[in-house]
Amino acid sequence: MNFSIIIYIIGYVLKIEGILMLAPTLVGVFYGEKQYIGFLIAALITLAVGLLTSFKKPKNQVFYAKEAFVSVPLSWIFASLFGCLPFVITGDIPHFVDAFFEIVSGFTTTGSSILTDVEALSHASLFWRSFSHWIGGMGILVFILSVLPIASGATMHLMRAESPGPQVDKVVPKIKDTSIMLYIIYAAMTVLQIILLIIGNTPLFDSVTLAFGTAGTGGFSIKNLGLAAYSPYVQYICGIFMIMFGVNFNVYILLIRKHLKQALRFEEARWYAIIIILAVALITVNTKYLFPTFEEAFRHAFFQVGSIITTTGYATYDFSAFYPIFSQTILIFLMFIGACAGSTGGGIKVSRITIMAKTVRDELARIVHPRAIKKVRNEGKTVDHSTVRSINIFLMGYLAIFAISLLLISLDNFDFSTNFSAVAATVNNIGPGLSKVGPYGNFSEFSDFSKLVFCFNMIAGRLEILPMLVLLNPKTWSRPFKYHHKKRVN
Amino acid sequence: MKIIIVGCGKTGTSLTASLTAEGHDVTVLDYNPDRLKEVCNRNDVMGINGDGMNYSALLDAGLEDADVLISVTGSDEQNLLCSLFAKKKSNCSTIARVRNPIYLTEMNFIREQIGLSLIINPELVAATEIARILRFPSAIDINPFAKGKVELLTFKITEDSLLNGKNLIYVRNKVENEVLFCSVERNGEFFIPSGNFELKAGDKASIITLPKKEHGFFKKIGIGTRRIKNVMIAGGGTIAYYLARQLLDVGISVKIIEKNEARANELAEKLPNALIILGDASDKNLLFEEGLDSTDAFVALTGIDEENVLLSLYAKEITGAKIITKIDRNSFNELIAKLDLDTVIYPCDITTELILQYVRTKQNAMGNNVENLYKLVEDKVEALEFKIGKNAPVIGIPLQQMELKENLIICGIIHGGKFTIPNGDSVISSGDRIIVVTSQKMLNDVGDILK
Repeated sequence: MNFSIIIYIIGYVLKIEGILMLAPTLVGVFYGEKQYIGFLIAALITLAVGLLTSFKKPKNQVFYAKEAFVSVPLSWIFASLFGCLPFVITGDIPHFVDAFFEIVSGFTTTGSSILTDVEALSHASLFWRSFSHWIGGMGILVFILSVLPIASGATMHLMRAESPGPQVDKVVPKIKDTSIMLYIIYAAMTVLQIILLIIGNTPLFDSVTLAFGTAGTGGFSIKNLGLAAYSPYVQYICGIFMIMFGVNFNVYILLIRKHLKQALRFEEARWYAIIIILAVALITVNTKYLFPTFEEAFRHAFFQVGSIITTTGYATYDFSAFYPIFSQTILIFLMFIGACAGSTGGGIKVSRITIMAKTVRDELARIVHPRAIKKVRNEGKTVDHSTVRSINIFLMGYLAIFAISLLLISLDNFDFSTNFSAVAATVNNIGPGLSKVGPYGNFSEFSDFSKLVFCFNMIAGRLEILPMLVLLNPKTWSRPFKYHHKKRVN
Repeated sequence: MKIIIVGCGKTGTSLTASLTAEGHDVTVLDYNPDRLKEVCNRNDVMGINGDGMNYSALLDAGLEDADVLISVTGSDEQNLLCSLFAKKKSNCSTIARVRNPIYLTEMNFIREQIGLSLIINPELVAATEIARILRFPSAIDINPFAKGKVELLTFKITEDSLLNGKNLIYVRNKVENEVLFCSVERNGEFFIPSGNFELKAGDKASIITLPKKEHGFFKKIGIGTRRIKNVMIAGGGTIAYYLARQLLDVGISVKIIEKNEARANELAEKLPNALIILGDASDKNLLFEEGLDSTDAFVALTGIDEENVLLSLYAKEITGAKIITKIDRNSFNELIAKLDLDTVIYPCDITTELILQYVRTKQNAMGNNVENLYKLVEDKVEALEFKIGKNAPVIGIPLQQMELKENLIICGIIHGGKFTIPNGDSVISSGDRIIVVTSQKMLNDVGDILK
């Protein structure tokens, strides 16, 4: 394992993070809050550590998949450790574990909070929470790749370890250009949303933070009431944009290249749309009796479905308290399905679900025709066996983490619905669950131990399980051929 | 530039590495997903899984706005068809590898009909390179510059040479002043020599000179310039066939040892003037029977690298003949360089070099002005030929006042078609070509030679 390059990459991440922390500092200065000093100190500490560790390019530039699989989760952990400093220093969230939970929830675009009164926070902290969604949405390392001065095809492993989806590919030959292109689309869509929100008479600060939360499919709100505090216009805009950010970004690249037909034929996006339409229709019909008008029932159903399937977690309505169980169950299903691969959303991902469904269909066909040769196809191309295997392994790892977490947090002795939905909400990067952790509840009552379990779940969910498991594997850290050396000594 | 490479074999892979290192946007296409993955993991390129003859796969690879398409799959017909499609559907330049001798005589016809920019026959190119060295056996390597007007020649300084123990000022004043030493390799290290650099036996020196001066220079320094009259070739593959044809044309007698009877018969039919021996070249007795100890040159061209290396080492041991070894896999070239094998030929590298040269020339038209580039001393030193544009920053400054980068030397100026070895007062003017030898990588513009 080439540790010098791993340290270099983590240093680079911290360096960039330190610079990004200056944004909330400026917000603090603008609103005349004394918290800006805390942010400035945290930014300088992060920048200093980052500069020290990435000052010199390591001589040994050997970089393989294993180095990527270690540096990505470590980068996320270190970025979170330094990212929570401002909360602690300013005293906005004085307890360290709480602050860590909050920023992990931010970077992983989960949106779960331990805060009981969001509106009490300073503008600087509110901005940093929402900004962390935006940074984490497209990925910290994807951003780093557009500036990292290491020229090797192996850096693609970094993108693979961070970007969601069973098959991560480049869209242009150079990895640098790929990441720049993704970030341009991401930024352009965010700016468009901010403009549309401002047109709807939303204050600038609210527009920016809402857009950050939507773009990263995060879900931190600056109001205790969440999205219910805004007009139907804002709710529709946010709803539509959430669903747009949950679409595979390859669709937008196809659109930019004017391949309209191919974009419309994109299989994953089609299934995604079908699932959304179906879920909205069912919930609207099921909840019509709760609302005075059909429009209101539709609006809340549309918003909640969009929010949950893209794993954003904004809410316009307390679905956990008032929705009938049928609608709640549909929402729980959507939590697991998640958004498209290659989007900013979390969850299992639509393409994994469709590929798995197709393998089941093929297996059934094989019972009728035992000698039939069947190939699973996705996006018009045969899915090779290794991809199908990696999806199986992903699901097994996912279930294992889910089950173990459920057991660990049950020590806090809350009801099952709370625990189950809390684990689902964190591992799928959604935010709110049901009962105690519903849209108007929060995670503050859990013990510190449970909060750390949730932190692990959130990062594992964001990085799609394997990178976090690699960290836990002791073989990752042992030197190759260690045993041979021992033998020779004896 | 946007470049598509079809086929990830040995040549495709080494082209990918070189072209990405030079900063091009490369997309590779191969039908074998595992091989493709391997290439994509090593280089910053995009991989498309598909067949080069498949039009939609070419479109996926970005054919519409590609600048160059290089087709180096295992099949000639596939390469030609792929280039044909590409040419019909976009205005990119196409390069195809065609190795079957059947197409040899129709090469030009094919190139015109398909609209190819470059057609490469690696065996023919390798054979030509070997023939060039055999015509001047004192050299380890010869590279032409300025369309053959000047040559960059690498040779080994022997124990009894006049140069042994002399410094370069002495060489310039007493021996020959129209020869410029541009790099010296000693024990795997290389030097860009200054005037008081002392040459030693065993050094591999690269010089820039005019072809007609070479014989005189070597005579003066006491390195034999014997002419080669007969050549023994081990292995009767395609390179051997092309090589024999070229050597026979200039009156060198050729003996080919081939162990496959059918192939030996075929060669005997095609090369009536060559002596074809049916037998195993690794058989020591046979080699002696056929006069290994009295041959002027021995060329190891069997299909197995290890066999070639062993044969050459053995031949080196018992004769003073010129030895040339062909090696297909270049993964261990550092090790092979240490073996003191005289001249080693890597056909795959020669093909890669040729294609790279074409790409560079094309880029030239797009603003970059490297005309030619050769790699010396296992890629550590490069010799580049620049064309001087109108506004180049080097125009009009005497060389001694120019602040050049370290480990960089201007070895030649071609002014109005005439080659001169520069001295401190030489001045470069617009329209000239200059030859630069350097260990600095990635010089893209003549301005890059300055500090």
